[in-house]
Amino acid sequence: MGSWAEFFQHLMNGLTLGGIYALIALGYTMVYGILKFINFAHGDILMMGSYIGLFVYNAIRGELLGFWTIIAFFLSMLVGMMFSAILGMAIEKIAYKPLRKATRLAPLLSAIGVSFILSNLAAWMWGTKSKKLEYPFDNSPIHLGDIAVTPHQIMILVVVVVMMVALKLFIDRSRLGKAMRATSLDQDTAKLMGIKVDRIIAITFAIGSALAATAGFLIALEIKVYPSMGTMTGLKAFVAAVVGGIGNISGAMVGGILLGLIETFGVALLGIPYALRDTIAFIILIIILLVKPEGLLGKAEKEKV
Amino acid sequence: MTLLETQKLTRAYGGVVAVSEVDFEVEQGLITGLIGPNGAGKTTLFNNITGLDVPTSGTVQFKGKNITGKNAHTICRMGIARTFQNIRLFKELTVLENVMLGRHFKVGRSASTGRLATALKSFFSMEEEESIMREHALKWLSFFHLEHLVDELAKNLPYGHQRELEIARALATEPSLLFLDEPAAGMNPQETDALMKTIRKIRSLGITVVLIEHDMKLVMNICDTITVLNYGQNIAQGTPSQIKRNPLVVEAYLGKEDA
Amino acid sequence: MLNFILLIFIYSGIYALMAMGQNVITGYVGLLSLCQAGFFAIGSYATAILSVSYGWNFWLTVPIAGLLAALAGIIIGLPTLRLKGDYLAIATLGFGEIIRNIINNWDSLTGGPMGIKRIPMASIFGYTINPFDKWAFLGMVWIFVLLGYLFFKRLARSRIGRALEAIREDEIAASSMGINTTKYKVWAFALGAFAAGVAGSLQAVFTLSVTPGPFTFMVSIMVLCMVVLGGMGNFIAVILGAFLIQFISYFPQLVGLSNVIPPQFKQILFGLILVVMMIWRPQGILGRAPRMSISGIRRKKRTTSNGGESGDTIQGGSR
Repeated sequence: MGSWAEFFQHLMNGLTLGGIYALIALGYTMVYGILKFINFAHGDILMMGSYIGLFVYNAIRGELLGFWTIIAFFLSMLVGMMFSAILGMAIEKIAYKPLRKATRLAPLLSAIGVSFILSNLAAWMWGTKSKKLEYPFDNSPIHLGDIAVTPHQIMILVVVVVMMVALKLFIDRSRLGKAMRATSLDQDTAKLMGIKVDRIIAITFAIGSALAATAGFLIALEIKVYPSMGTMTGLKAFVAAVVGGIGNISGAMVGGILLGLIETFGVALLGIPYALRDTIAFIILIIILLVKPEGLLGKAEKEKV
Repeated sequence: MTLLETQKLTRAYGGVVAVSEVDFEVEQGLITGLIGPNGAGKTTLFNNITGLDVPTSGTVQFKGKNITGKNAHTICRMGIARTFQNIRLFKELTVLENVMLGRHFKVGRSASTGRLATALKSFFSMEEEESIMREHALKWLSFFHLEHLVDELAKNLPYGHQRELEIARALATEPSLLFLDEPAAGMNPQETDALMKTIRKIRSLGITVVLIEHDMKLVMNICDTITVLNYGQNIAQGTPSQIKRNPLVVEAYLGKEDA
Repeated sequence: MLNFILLIFIYSGIYALMAMGQNVITGYVGLLSLCQAGFFAIGSYATAILSVSYGWNFWLTVPIAGLLAALAGIIIGLPTLRLKGDYLAIATLGFGEIIRNIINNWDSLTGGPMGIKRIPMASIFGYTINPFDKWAFLGMVWIFVLLGYLFFKRLARSRIGRALEAIREDEIAASSMGINTTKYKVWAFALGAFAAGVAGSLQAVFTLSVTPGPFTFMVSIMVLCMVVLGGMGNFIAVILGAFLIQFISYFPQLVGLSNVIPPQFKQILFGLILVVMMIWRPQGILGRAPRMSISGIRRKKRTTSNGGESGDTIQGGSR
């Protein structure tokens, strides 16, 4: 390895990437916590939200970079989040809710179907060519001594931290958050306690989807917007959720950051070819599932005999 | 003669100790009852003996061999069969198929043939193999007078028959030791009486029976010896009349029931 | 037009093999594997490499293609089969992508993104099975399908098939019945992969060149759709599913509307099929294969040998 500066550079890259993974992983983990199933379409919900955000942003941002473009960027992100939230709730209602009492395989297959519909719908409506999302500010790196940090990275870190703290407070402190935790522990009992379980599930989908849209919109600045943008990122975020312990909110955060760091340092320090970067996540997944299947912060759940 | 014996068997889940240093003995040829309040660790003990769970510490000896921590299928093949508290049939398979599955590992395993040869034999001389399995399964079904239901899907059976089918399936593995987890749960008095007769009949076939049960009438009636668990510990064992008089047991369990 | 219909039937056959393999894994054992594309690729490349670089006869490459795919299946299966359904889906999906990644980057062996060209045609007794002679190729493919069907059907009816179904119904109960569930799951995985590998082999001598491009996740989804649409746990149904999905795939070209109907149309339709079938007809068009009944077996037995005594008592009982 080179110098401390280089190390810090990779650390910064890893943290931003990990923050993104964490935001997406939260959606997987929250849904899994309540419904015990993997929302395969999560990555595609991210993609849809990013598209909507992009369209709004292009419509309102104007020409000159400045304070307004930053406001416009966040406004567009908000619209994208809302769109994804509604989309997430709609998908849950149409494609998953009728299958709650079905076999385990059924909602999973349905979710794969939804994922396929969304990504192809996007390709059909908006084309397969990726669309560039312009930076709302001058993204030339800021030099702090030997270290270069881009405003984009700073923005990602700020948004991620704000979102995570807000979510954590919401889950831990608010009445709704308490209801959510109760529902994930025991749906039937929660229902008996007067919690409207269907509503809680809908809200869970809404929050998870909105967080995914946020993540999508943030990385779109770098990777652009295209129909399959959510697929690989989504899968890796899922791995992050499993690493942290699926169903566990803090676990998703930890897992996301960890995966981001491992990927970045794996390529930078261990000399793993960049083309195989995506493979790292899956190898980690297999290892974690074999060694500690409940994840770093998860609790082992045992089937009752 | 002691058929099965656990020594200081312990199973802890994190900080919760479900079974704590239990010494449990099963005499060959007897019907042993395992009783205790809910959450006393009875099913956990069953699971740890039958290989569905791995003890944290302690040992399980069966016919003088150490079987601690072995796979469920290995333990079954050694001669321990079981049923489940919340009936676990193969619901979408027929009654006959359920029992035939109990014969699964018995077929085609002559000492001389290897694994691949066995598999190939299953594939090519399937008819012969199947008919042997079928005959055997039918024998056990008629033991329970379920012959007329052979082609019915297991999930369509009435509850009482489902319990019987589960026992038939376990017996089809030709165990020397049979574990029954709450066999009378959900049964009406007539069904329970019939079950008692059946359990005695099973013993008369030379099969040792261990059962968990909350129905005290059944337990006191048919068990030769009873072990009482409370908070994961073995607090008493003896004949039904000894257990009835045991102050510890009365305090932990029966006292409340009688009151 | 006829040529086009023949093409649909050829692809239906190739995919039917893969779908039958998927059916063992998903329909019988109840595991969701999303890796058929990867096994398909391994089979294709095995035939391509062995026949182009080493001059092997096609017929020799077929079993090797199947075995290599099966080996990959075992390698994937051993660590992942302990996982619960949902994890398995993701892990196998990841493996499928890894296989494609490796093929794409292992230039010296696979030719990288350029792939392998000029694969020799298959021939039998001096007769070349030219892919442009669609009838001959169709015949070859469907002989494979028939053999596969007979094999799987028999397997399903044997005690092995029953054990697989028991694992699907209740793995814990199955292991308590003395069934080595891990062993059976790995074997099911290997068999499913084997079928996909053989299908890949056929694909290679049909297109006569292979590139990593077509072996995407999309292929695995199509295969899954075939099983779900036809009916899980029913091999005839799965073959029907393969035909229907291929028909849908080529429908725009068939009616000459490929300019009007966007290419995404069929994919959207596949997605819809999965969702709609799960909600309204999870058992598929034909449903699970009927359970065999004692009386059915007796009828069969009477034609071959003496009827069993037990059968008679059953007949008496059921009256």
